[in-house]
This record gives sequence, structure tokens and C-alpha cells, in this order.
Amino acid sequence: MRIGVMVCHCGNNIAATVDCEAVAAAAREFPDVVYATDHMYACSDPGQGTIEKTIRELKLDGVVVASCSPRMHEVTFRRAVERAGLNRYMFEMANIREHVAWISLDRKRNTEKAIDLVRMAVEKLRYDRPLTAKSFEVQKRVLIIGAGVAGIQAALDCAEGGLDVVLVERKQSIGGVMSKLDKTFPTVDCSVCVLGPKMVDVGQHPRITLHALSEVEELSGYVGNFEVKIRKKTPFVDWTKCTGCGACLEKCPSRKVRDGHNEGICTTTAINIPFPQAIPKRAAIDATVCLRFTKGKCGVCQKICPADAVDYDLKDEVVTEKVGAVIAATGLDLFDHTKCGEYGGGRYPDVITSLQYERMLSASGPTAGHIKRPSDGREPKTVVFIACVGSRDRSVDRPYCSNFCCMYTAKQAILTRDHIPDSRAYVFYMDIRATGKGYEEFVRRAQEEYDVQYVRGRVAQIYPSTGPDGDQLVVRGADTLLGAQVEIKADLVVLAVGAESAKGAGALAEKLRISYDAYGFFLESHPKLRPVETNTVGVFLAGACQAPKDIPASVAQASAAAGKVLALLSKDKLESDPQIAQVQTIRCIGCGKCERTCPFGAIRMRELRDGSKRAEVVETVCQGCGICSVTCPVRAIQLAHFTDSQLLAEVNALCRTWDENTES
Amino acid sequence: MSAPAATPPTFAYYPGCSQTGTAAEYDRSSRACCAALGVRLVDVPDWTCCGSTPAHTVDHVLAGALAARNLLQAELIGHDRVTTPCPSCLAALRTASHHLAEPEAEDSETGLRAPSFRTEVERLLDRPAPLRADAVSVLQVLVEDVGVEAIAAAVKAPLAGLRVAPYYGCIMNRPPGLMAFDDPENPTALDRLLAACGATVVDYPFKTECCGAAFGMPRLDIMQRLSARLLGMAADCGADAIVVACPLCQMNLDLRRSQVNACAGKNHAMPVPYFTQLLGLALGLPEDALGLDKLVVPLAPALEAAKARAAEPKNANGGGPKENAPCA
Repeated sequence: MRIGVMVCHCGNNIAATVDCEAVAAAAREFPDVVYATDHMYACSDPGQGTIEKTIRELKLDGVVVASCSPRMHEVTFRRAVERAGLNRYMFEMANIREHVAWISLDRKRNTEKAIDLVRMAVEKLRYDRPLTAKSFEVQKRVLIIGAGVAGIQAALDCAEGGLDVVLVERKQSIGGVMSKLDKTFPTVDCSVCVLGPKMVDVGQHPRITLHALSEVEELSGYVGNFEVKIRKKTPFVDWTKCTGCGACLEKCPSRKVRDGHNEGICTTTAINIPFPQAIPKRAAIDATVCLRFTKGKCGVCQKICPADAVDYDLKDEVVTEKVGAVIAATGLDLFDHTKCGEYGGGRYPDVITSLQYERMLSASGPTAGHIKRPSDGREPKTVVFIACVGSRDRSVDRPYCSNFCCMYTAKQAILTRDHIPDSRAYVFYMDIRATGKGYEEFVRRAQEEYDVQYVRGRVAQIYPSTGPDGDQLVVRGADTLLGAQVEIKADLVVLAVGAESAKGAGALAEKLRISYDAYGFFLESHPKLRPVETNTVGVFLAGACQAPKDIPASVAQASAAAGKVLALLSKDKLESDPQIAQVQTIRCIGCGKCERTCPFGAIRMRELRDGSKRAEVVETVCQGCGICSVTCPVRAIQLAHFTDSQLLAEVNALCRTWDENTES
Repeated sequence: MSAPAATPPTFAYYPGCSQTGTAAEYDRSSRACCAALGVRLVDVPDWTCCGSTPAHTVDHVLAGALAARNLLQAELIGHDRVTTPCPSCLAALRTASHHLAEPEAEDSETGLRAPSFRTEVERLLDRPAPLRADAVSVLQVLVEDVGVEAIAAAVKAPLAGLRVAPYYGCIMNRPPGLMAFDDPENPTALDRLLAACGATVVDYPFKTECCGAAFGMPRLDIMQRLSARLLGMAADCGADAIVVACPLCQMNLDLRRSQVNACAGKNHAMPVPYFTQLLGLALGLPEDALGLDKLVVPLAPALEAAKARAAEPKNANGGGPKENAPCA
């Protein structure tokens, strides 16, 4: 074998603390190394040119580059060796920047360690074999889970890009949290007026199949060829017949049902269409409260329905769809403020959440845009907003910032002063985080133009006032800028509740085989460089399921995810990474440990004609993590490019040096 | 909530200094109620001061040693669970047992191991520190070990018509991690116990507000202002009495009443009994066993008013829960 070694200076990044020439000189003495040199920037055009030229001229079989992390430039160098006619896996990288130069100033010992790492890379390269990727056909369809603004945006982008979209929404209508909002910051334009047309587009787009009132039950397969089982929950209404006329809503006798779309500030009927702009605009029965299902009586909606659509015998349906990629856009839920005893723990009707307030502000909400106190329907004159309820609060296990509460609180305070000109609005805050475009200016407008009183400090307690103003709430808190206690008599208190991961997010993540953090938010593949990918190839993230996000950020990430999916599925065939597990059938004893241990479901047991079993790797599913190969009791599974012989060769190379040093 | 057990629940009883002096009636009524409800109390032999506020403001280890000594005295007679009526003693005892369980701390910078709290306490005590003993309040014993249902069943003379404001004070439930009892912001143990006694519990928003505590000595004005707030709110809530579980709260609200009234320009005449005194009345215990005569503001007028109210025909109560306004 003929091996070439290039030691990179990386400008001064490496050369300042590593003697690169000495490393190259040492490398020349290693077995099979026929050429070693050092270079200012190995990744530069001239650097790559030197690698290619040397491979051709010296007829090299493999190359080692000692430079930065393989996460940085491995792909770059693999392409370079490939251009020179070598297999791209006949290349190894020694990380002498992050692992050596950047962590110590001791030039002598750094140089020794760099030599060790190069020796290990050379030894591994001596066992490298050319690997070739296989290609497979892909389904040019995408599954999008969740149809809030992120899911809607991703669906429209993918559909416009020519992909068929399967859009799954848990609720009866698409639209998500944004469809509940009155106005959006910092432009104060009507939320549903912006979102509504997009919702209609989704409903009408020929490439989008919408499954509302549905949940993903199971996802199997791999990138390019996923198979998803979707449970379509029965609405007890035949949606092919229902016209959304609403006659059933008027006649339904069970009218005390909590109205989820209006955040429980009013009631609705057991058969219901959540809001006028709902897509699909179809009625559904909540069987947990419907008299027909709870008492066995009634049946009015069936009698009244002009389209004859109501059918109490309809059952859930499970449909299977094949898709090539998945976008998770399941959004968020809100913190349950009843955990906060200091704000009344849900005991006071006039202490409400920001989203309840939003419904009250909305012209299409239950109060037709008039702000009324839930307790007595009176218009409040003093409204106190409390920021960071369930955000940045370790005592309720919510240490993170929910990102958008500062802004919607400013918006709601402005709208309060707009709706009730003789009102006063107070905001208790910890810090104001207004980092988006036009955000800081917006908060300043609230303070300066709308005269919203910002009080920097926390609220210690809310209690009902007594005496002549007996129907008010006393908000006691600290003003940390004045260094004083403050008490405000409020007619209405609005809690800026923070964001939580959507209910069931963890369970969905397990179905999708993606990671999630301690709070249920899905983990991106890299926080900076791969923000929409997950560690499962072919599954992408959009919107607040990854972290609390406002509308612009959710839409941006949704379009980014759609772009990633379009790029992925623009190819007719995909190449699989050949660095995957391989079973030596002759050694396999069929114990099945690997099958049980594989986190990706990439191993299945194949039965031979004699009835015995052998492990088999599904090449397109295997992610090359190597867990199976360390689990296998007989070393029958080897990870290509990281075989036992290669890893042992590296260990031997390292230990041999150590022996020499200690002997001398 | 345990059903009556074959052997009566038994606790080591730590009265605390206040209960031998200004709050003797709290001690007497606590003992009487426990006896009536089948809880056996065994006095901690040769008990000493828990250290109280003065000790922990000066030296945490010394304060811990003072409290730990009492826990040890209980352990030596075979009791792991110590009960005390006083929340301040309770905090001292629980703080000590909490710190005694801590391992040696390692300084993250120097890597040096500081001697553990236990080691330092043992150095002061000249004997091994207690291993397991922990403390609970008499209130917690009555609500959790006896149970509200059992108390309700034992009530002989319900406090019908008596409107009470339950006042827990700052430290009965806080800090929540240390006290581990009830809700730190809106505790309800006392509410439930008083309701079981037949009293009408008003929704008192200042359940856990500070009464001024030991500020009665260095800054009387602060204590006057804070205690006046508590009395004012209880009056506004329509309470006949503020029911307390802490001897210091009781002293500020009761013994110092004239000082507080003078400051507030009010003439509050609301009695401030210990919850054990009202519980004792409901259990039908004789008044002298409960030390009612020790209260500065007499309880009798409130009881009279309650009796008269209970005799009135129903519906005169008024002020039912407000109905939610229908949405448009």
C-alpha cells in the first residue's frame, strides 16, 4: 500500500502550538507511507490540488490529512481524493486542531500527540477498503405532522415545489395557535386575515391531502421510503356529505361544552365547527359530552341535518400512506398557570391567560372583540399583565425563556389601550427581550405612545380586594428599579403564560425515532449548522416543536424544512451511506441481541431453510451507530469503515508509542 | 389518612420554649387535643432551646447543634419522629436534620473537602449526631396521621356559625423544599381541619403573609403595619376570629393588639385563638384544659356571636359565590 500524509498548519491555528514539519517528518517513517508534507491550508484550492497531484504522480492508494475536525472538512477531502481517482473511503483524517492545538500551549507535547494521532490514522487507513454506496428509489411525497402556521407553510412550499403532501392535523381544523390570535406583533395586523388565505390554499391545493382530526399512529421505513399509519378519528359526521351549514350547532341541546378554540372562556355545543374560517369547515361530535353517547338519548343533529351527514355508527379509520420524507410541525402548548398559587392558582375568574385574553380581543371571539371581565362582564379599566409565568422559573421546572411573551404582552397592552382609551395597562416584567426586526421599537411604542406602565419586578401575590372596590384584584409586587413594593388594584389580570412542548410530543418523537429534550422539544441535528434536520435522516423540524418560536421564525423554519425536503426528494434515487453494519452470516448465531438493541429498527432476523435464524441489516435504515457490533457476542456484525481490526490497529498504534516512550 | 390503628400513633413531643411561657395555652391545648384524638405524645427528655432565630442569625453550625441535640434526645428514647406545635422550632429541627443528611462538600476549585455539617455538629455535641430523627408539626400530625375525616367524626360540639380566617404564618409551609407540607402558596390543611370542626372558613388571602415576626422588638413600626394589615383583611373577610398555628404570630396579633390598633387607628376586637383551642372546643374538651383564659382578646364574644348566627334561620348568610357572567 502507498500512503500519502498531509499535515495542515491551518494558518496559525495549528502551527502556533504544533511543529507541523516535525509531524510530517515523523510520518515519513510510518509503514506504507511514501510521502508526507505540510501545508499552510490543506483545504484551500492549492492544498487540495497538491493532494490530487500527489495521488496521481505517486500512485497513492490512500491519503491521511492531519488538520481540523472531520465534521468540518471530511467531505471536502473525500471529494478531492475521489477526483484523483481513489475511492472516497480510502481517506482518513487526524484531528490535530480541536483535539490538540486548541487545547494546550505545550508545543513539544502537542507535537508528540499529533504524531500519535497521525500514526493511528495511518494504521486505520492500512485496513480501509473501498466502499460503494447503493442507490434506491424514493417516494416523492412528504408527510407533514401538524397544521399550524409552520405545517401550513411547509405544506404549501412542498406542494408548490411539485411534491405530494400528506398533512395530518390532530384537531378538527387546521390553523393552530395562530388561528386563535387577534393581531400579530409588531405590525398589529389581523392574524386570521393573514393566515386564512393560506388555510384556504391548503384546503384547495390539488397536491395536498389533508387528514384533520387525525394522528400519526406508526411510522416505519427509512428516508425515501417511509410508511405511515394515520388514525382518522371519527367525527360521527360523514365529511363527504357535510356542507358546514351549521344547522346542527343551532339545535344541539348540549350547550355547556368547554370551547377549546376559545380557551374555555365560553361554552359551545357537543356537535361543533370550531370557528368560522375552519378548514375543513365540517362539523364533528365530541362523544364525551354528546347526550346521544353519554345518555343514549337525543339525536337532534341527525334529524336536523339537511345533508343527512350525521352518522352515530361511524368508526375510526386507519389509513396508510407512503412518503419519502417527514416534517414534524406539532407546535406548542401553554403553561398551566394553576400551578402558580401566588397568582391565585386558577381560583380567581378575573385572572386569565394571555391566550384567553387574545380570544376576547378577537372580533370573531365570544365577546366580539369587547374586553369583558369573566366574573361580571364589566369592562376593565385597569389591566395588569404579568410576564414570565412559567418561563425562566426554575421553581416550576421551566428554566427556559419562551421567546415571544414579551412581544405579545406589549401587543396586548397596546390593544387594551386601543379598545378602552380610558384604561390603564401595567406590565410586570423581568427583562424585555425584543430582539426581532422592529420589536424593540414596538415595545418602545407601547411605553411611550400608549403610555403602558412597565414595572420591572415580580408579582408576589394576587388577592381579591375588600371594601368599596370589593370586586377588584390587588396585585402586590416589587418594583426593583424603585426598590419599593407596589400594589395595584386591577380589574383584570392577564398572565403571560410561557410555552411548553405540545402534549404527546415525547410519544410522537419516539414514533419518529427522533430525540427530544427534557421539556419535550424536538432536538435538531446541530444547533447552528443543521437547525431543521434531525438525527434521523429524512425527518425534519419546523416551528415551535423544536423550541418556542414566534410566527416569523416558525414560517422561516417551515420554508427551510420544505427546502430541505425538496432538495432531498429532487433526486429520483438516493445513495445510502456505506458506513453501516454488515453481518457475517457464517459467524452469526441468530441470538437476536442486535435486533433488540438497534435503536433504528434496522436489523431483522431472517429465517434460513433449516429454520435457524440470522441477522440481516436493512441497509437503508442503518445509521451506522455501531451499537449492534459491540452487542454481538461472536463479533459477527462489523461496522464498515470502523471494523474491529481497524479500531484495534489504532489502539495498537497508540499503545506501541506509549511503550516506546516509557521504555526510553 | 390512616384509619384508627391498633397501636396509637406515638410521637416524641418537643414543646419549645414559647410553649412554657407566653404560649402555654398552645402547649396545653395541643396535648389535650392529641390525647382526645388518640395520639400519644412522649416528651423529649431534658429538651433544650432549638436555637430559634438568634442562633441561626449568628452561626449555622451552632444553631444546627442546638436543634440536633433535641433530635438526638428523642432518638435515644427510641423515637424518629418528633412533633412540635411551634413552626419556628419545627424549622430549626427540620433544617438540622436536612443538613445532617448532606455529604461532605468538595470545594470545586481547590478540590479540598470541607468537613461535613454532621462532623462539625458532632464536634460541638461531643457525641454522635442523630441519624434518622426528623420533625413534623402538630398540625401535620393531626391532618395527616389522624386525618380530617377522623377529626370530623370525633367532633362533639361543632363550631357552627363561627367564621374563621385560617392564618398559617410565613414558615409553616415554607421553604417548600424543607417543610414539605401542604401547598406553599395556598395551604389548606388548617382550612380543612377547621371545616371538620364545623366552623365556616372564610377565603382569607393573607394566609401566609408575614405578621412582622421578631421585628416587634427592633422595629415595632414594621410589625404594627404588617399585623394591622392581617387584622384588617380578616375583618374585611367577615371573620369572627383569626386562627393561628404559631406562638409568635399569636403574640403579635393578640398580646400586642393595643400597639397594632394604635398604629392603625382601628379598634379591632377580633380574637386570635390557636387552632388547637378551637379544635379542643369542638371535641368537647373543658375550657380550662385549653387555656382560653390566657388569650388577651377574649374569645367568648365571638363564640356568642357564632351561636346567635347559627340559631338564625338559613339564607341569612349571603355572599354566595359570584356567578360567572355569560359571554356575549
